[in-house]
Amino acid sequence: MLQARDLSFSYGRPGDGSPNAIDGVSLDVARGAIVGLLGPNGSGKTTLLRILAGVLPARAGRVVIDGTPIHALPRRAIARRVAMVPQETQSAFDFSVMDIVLMGRYPHLGPFELEGARDRQIAREALAATGTTSLAARAFGSLSGGEKQRVVVAAALAQQADLLLLDEPTAALDLRYQFEIADLLRGLNARGGTTMVLSTHDLNLAAALCGRVVLLRDGRVIASGATSDTLTADNVRGLYGVDADVRFHPQAGHLTVVPVARAR
Amino acid sequence: MLRRSIRARLGWTLIAFGALAGAACVLAPLAGSTPIRLRAVFNPSIPYADNIDAQIFFVARLPRVLAAALVGAALAVSGVVFQALLRNPLASPDTLGVSAGASLGAMIAITFGLDFSLLGLSAVPLATFAGAAGALAVVYGLSVARRRGTSAMVLLLGGVTLQVLLGAAIACIQFLADFTQTFRNVRWLMGSLDVASFAPIAASLVPMLAAAVGFATLPHALNLLSVGAESAAARGVAVERSERVALVSASIATGAAVSLAGPVSFIGIIVPHLVRLLVGADHRLVMPASALFGAAFLIACDLLARTIAAPLELPVGIVTAIIGGPIFLWLLFRRA
Repeated sequence: MLQARDLSFSYGRPGDGSPNAIDGVSLDVARGAIVGLLGPNGSGKTTLLRILAGVLPARAGRVVIDGTPIHALPRRAIARRVAMVPQETQSAFDFSVMDIVLMGRYPHLGPFELEGARDRQIAREALAATGTTSLAARAFGSLSGGEKQRVVVAAALAQQADLLLLDEPTAALDLRYQFEIADLLRGLNARGGTTMVLSTHDLNLAAALCGRVVLLRDGRVIASGATSDTLTADNVRGLYGVDADVRFHPQAGHLTVVPVARAR
Repeated sequence: MLRRSIRARLGWTLIAFGALAGAACVLAPLAGSTPIRLRAVFNPSIPYADNIDAQIFFVARLPRVLAAALVGAALAVSGVVFQALLRNPLASPDTLGVSAGASLGAMIAITFGLDFSLLGLSAVPLATFAGAAGALAVVYGLSVARRRGTSAMVLLLGGVTLQVLLGAAIACIQFLADFTQTFRNVRWLMGSLDVASFAPIAASLVPMLAAAVGFATLPHALNLLSVGAESAAARGVAVERSERVALVSASIATGAAVSLAGPVSFIGIIVPHLVRLLVGADHRLVMPASALFGAAFLIACDLLARTIAAPLELPVGIVTAIIGGPIFLWLLFRRA
């Protein structure tokens, strides 16, 4: 459903010699897939997600969604196809959880249109799907990190986009919440068929969740493919400079990565 | 409140705060050194020429009340917009230096005895508005120059720096002023709603209406922006355009308010906070409610200012600060 071809992007001004944050990246995402973006800090994961969400314009290359290049679409139309869950969401004001989830309806409303019964119904379904119905009346700012992340996922679901982009969805969460979010995403994908691209530093999360992974270093793709073929000790060393023991874990039911030492 | 739809909440908000503002506009002119009665004011059997009550109501007191309503509404909504724009609940119309720019304009006009008029406006309000426009130009330049991905914090720091610079310029002009000019400068800086006629109100309506058109496009976008520019963009908000409309509209409204009444402090910060306690954080409710409540609040402060030490009339800026300061402290420590 999504094809990205030869994307490049730089935060510097054109021609000032600053390095490209994204350099000739191509990527294919099939409908219903969960694709993981892996790479060290500064490898361009977040920048790539921003380009795919249409928030940053690529300097070169193009992103095509269901046959339509996104640069040809108005912002709202992109937002009806692609939703994004940022790494962290903080509100300066006391929005309720319901307020936050209803914000996902923005691209479906006209300029002065207010949310109607249908929008509220969709928001309630999104709350139910993320197990946050009981939080609806709470102040968003009073929630724990894991609860916040679930609510932001609910807002993205209320956006009713086919493609969900998640930027390190478990980065700020403890072990239990990491499992919770992973289960939530897996459930959404299995039941609702939501297509996802997520960036993460957690190789075990990627192994558990993602059918395919894309390995990014210095803004370039160094390997991509099915997780079982791509998440290898060689690639982990190439990506992070760390020797790791990668093996199938029969109890977990997926590959596990145990970092052992810094590679010499 | 939560179970109800936004439509119903907006309806109730407009009715409740509209009634409050309407009541303030009608009742405030009744109080003063000469007591008048509402029934006599609107008694159709007395011709206007003979109706002393009506003359006092419409000529002596209503302009001042309407000025208070306009200034209160403009400052309160500007405060809401600056707070959302800077993602900081402590921002106010003064934060980006627009008020300070306006004040510098007024100090220059008073100290150097500028004497001209345009469209029925005298030199001081014109220079005030020009000062606000100058400060706006600097802030706008900062916002355009700031690179993609720079936080709202940069704009905030730029505004605070500008405020300090303008404060120094104001001090310098005051140093140059003679005795009587200094007196007028100080009086002006205290803020006063002592307008003598409808003319200055009509003149300030032009920029205020322009700002209102900008404000009308903002509330829903501000909801999303206040949660994060990136997620707002990912949901289809035209982030840069909305931020510019917000910055320009709020600065124009602030400039118009300051040129009408001088720098009246605190309205832009306490009214939005009180309103949020009552209606929640949704800007589609907070903006209209703040406009109406700001109008009522400043009318009430001005009523207090002209009656509490009668026949002496205190500058309204002193009253808003004396009432607003403790309220604001209470709000702050209540949160902590």
